[in-house]
Amino acid sequence: MNNSSPADASVGATAGSPADIPDGAPSHCATTVYVPRDSAARSVGADEVAAALQRAATRGDFAVDVVRNGSRGMLWLEPMVEVATPRGRVGYGPVTPEDVDGLLAAGLLDGADHPLRLGLVDELPWLARQNRVTFARVGVIDPLSPRDYVEHGGLAGLRAALALAPADVVAEVTESGLRGRGGAGFPAGIKWKTVLECADELKFVCCNADEGDSGTFADRMVMEGDPFLLIEGMTIAAHAVGASEGYLYIRSEYPDAIATMREAIELARGQGWLGKGVLGSALDFDLHVRVGAGAYICGEETSMLESLEGKRGMVRAKPPIPAIEGLFGKPTVVNNVLTLTTVPTVLANGAKAYQDLGVGRSRGTQVFQLGGNIARGGIVETAFGITLRELIEEYGGGTHTGRPVRTVQVGGPLGAYLPDSLFDLPMDYEAFAEAGAMLGHGGIVVFDDTVDMAAQARFAMEFCAEESCGKCTPCRVGSVRGVEVIDKIVAGTHRDENLALLEDLCDLMTDGSLCAMGGLTPMPVRSALTHFSDDFHGGRRLLEIQPVNATGVRTEGTA
Amino acid sequence: MTTSGSDVTVESVVRRVVADHRGQRGALLPALHAVQAELGHVPQEAVPVLADELNLSRADVHGVVTFYHDFRREPAGRTTVRICRAEACQALGADRLVSYAREAGLTLGETTPDGSVTVEQVFCLGNCALGPSVEANGRLYGRVGPARLGSILNGTV
Repeated sequence: MNNSSPADASVGATAGSPADIPDGAPSHCATTVYVPRDSAARSVGADEVAAALQRAATRGDFAVDVVRNGSRGMLWLEPMVEVATPRGRVGYGPVTPEDVDGLLAAGLLDGADHPLRLGLVDELPWLARQNRVTFARVGVIDPLSPRDYVEHGGLAGLRAALALAPADVVAEVTESGLRGRGGAGFPAGIKWKTVLECADELKFVCCNADEGDSGTFADRMVMEGDPFLLIEGMTIAAHAVGASEGYLYIRSEYPDAIATMREAIELARGQGWLGKGVLGSALDFDLHVRVGAGAYICGEETSMLESLEGKRGMVRAKPPIPAIEGLFGKPTVVNNVLTLTTVPTVLANGAKAYQDLGVGRSRGTQVFQLGGNIARGGIVETAFGITLRELIEEYGGGTHTGRPVRTVQVGGPLGAYLPDSLFDLPMDYEAFAEAGAMLGHGGIVVFDDTVDMAAQARFAMEFCAEESCGKCTPCRVGSVRGVEVIDKIVAGTHRDENLALLEDLCDLMTDGSLCAMGGLTPMPVRSALTHFSDDFHGGRRLLEIQPVNATGVRTEGTA
Repeated sequence: MTTSGSDVTVESVVRRVVADHRGQRGALLPALHAVQAELGHVPQEAVPVLADELNLSRADVHGVVTFYHDFRREPAGRTTVRICRAEACQALGADRLVSYAREAGLTLGETTPDGSVTVEQVFCLGNCALGPSVEANGRLYGRVGPARLGSILNGTV
């Protein structure tokens, strides 16, 4: 792994307050060029582009400071290079290493014209129309520069929180209407209040960064692009509930996020943002990164706690709830990355400002993640209430393959597959629940008209069988039976009887499973049956799809 | 990566690794990750040593090693390639990558007899807007078609 980090004079500084952070700006007149270090950008060549820029600078007579920022979330434009100019940051993308010399010759460092020039990044409509709260700094700053963090408003929330009594911090979070962004949407303030009211000496704050749902990558991007924000959010939670230790459980599939968070924690300790007497207050709080080991179920909060304790990630029966008996039996706040990274804003700007965004009981902003077969995939942070159609068509620009959109799965592998007739649904927890769907973590996966929905329903059951922790029978056995029954339906074996059996199996899994793994697996299955019943009558893929386009997908090297 | 068939070496590595993690709460997972990082897998001989060092039963340790997909009981190939098969990558043709690997004689979850390549499936690498995604020896690749997968498998990318 080549996780290069830019030279930064403030790295390793031990000053106690941000005012003491030495100026990290270079003294010569180098032009600052930003090349993302986000792993999505790296997956399409960002490291090679950064290296080509460095090489050109070494050869040529111009001076360049390459800053490895996070990604702005316009992922179809990655690697997106930005150049700091007097008018603002000018973007170019997607840039390949082979483009670099031509870009420099065309006047890249002055923000000059070029076929890859995108214009002033802050004014790009895709970005300018959003309401970036949690993602305000992601892609803008050097993620591992404490100085950048503070200059861009970092720590304001923590300072505000430390000036308040814990109960007042909890009240502020409750007042804001912030609901857990991990999927369940439980009010964060109520969870925190429960932990605060427990009398134990030892309490924990655990951040669930086991972002295993397909179509979700916002946690990863915020950890890679603004790691101090998560540290700040967890520290505020610690002050609010009286916790002294924090654990950040990151999935092993995210090596860049793990490395970035570990480095950020070291830096934060050096700045006095973690450890004894945080920011000169009476708060003692330290934070540890723990790495998962490839188990989807550990995204379920009680499984995650078992895993943190060094055990198999088996779901616990609730009650007791983790707020009362959580990690090692102690009162524990368990929140998702996006919940905790929203908290600093709530404290910095006040509950009212956050409350004013959104619709109904879905307050504030949600970080939607556009993925799958989509032309313009990436991060869209807007207030709740935007429709799915606006996200898919206006932001997403339809499919990557250019074929019609057939369905969209919202909320991860346990979320519903929605047809076009439901695309005008507002993004709102309650509206989705009413439509038999869930907003979950805000992940949106687009499929074109080549998708076989019986195959997708079968996959939902197969995934559950593969990833079930095995503790409860409806999930462990029901999912295996689900695969068998769907196979029979598709094969046309006693179709009506087997459809009735599948219906019954879905009821049983929904009602009888211990956690959301088995309990929600029926959601994608049922939605596929309800909205795409034709696909279960066999042969769709063979009869309809192949004559249209045998491959179906345009990708590199195959077009 | 240092692998050794010698029990003494496995035991000494495990005892040293555990010593580094003893102060941590719930040290078994971090210790297993460290053992695997050093030895390339978690050999059977490590289980009783971990149990002894961490005051756990052998059954507990065995249960944890076998529960998690990441922990290998056998060494992997020199190149480990993981193909994402989660929905977002499915939507862009991840199954064609799996077919390509199969046609090349590679079976998911297995290492080639010459020990050169292990191909596995993974459910979500967090690169859902730039799929299909593949990870090879810890490096993430986006927008991978069969031709590029071929280059990755051959080590030419």
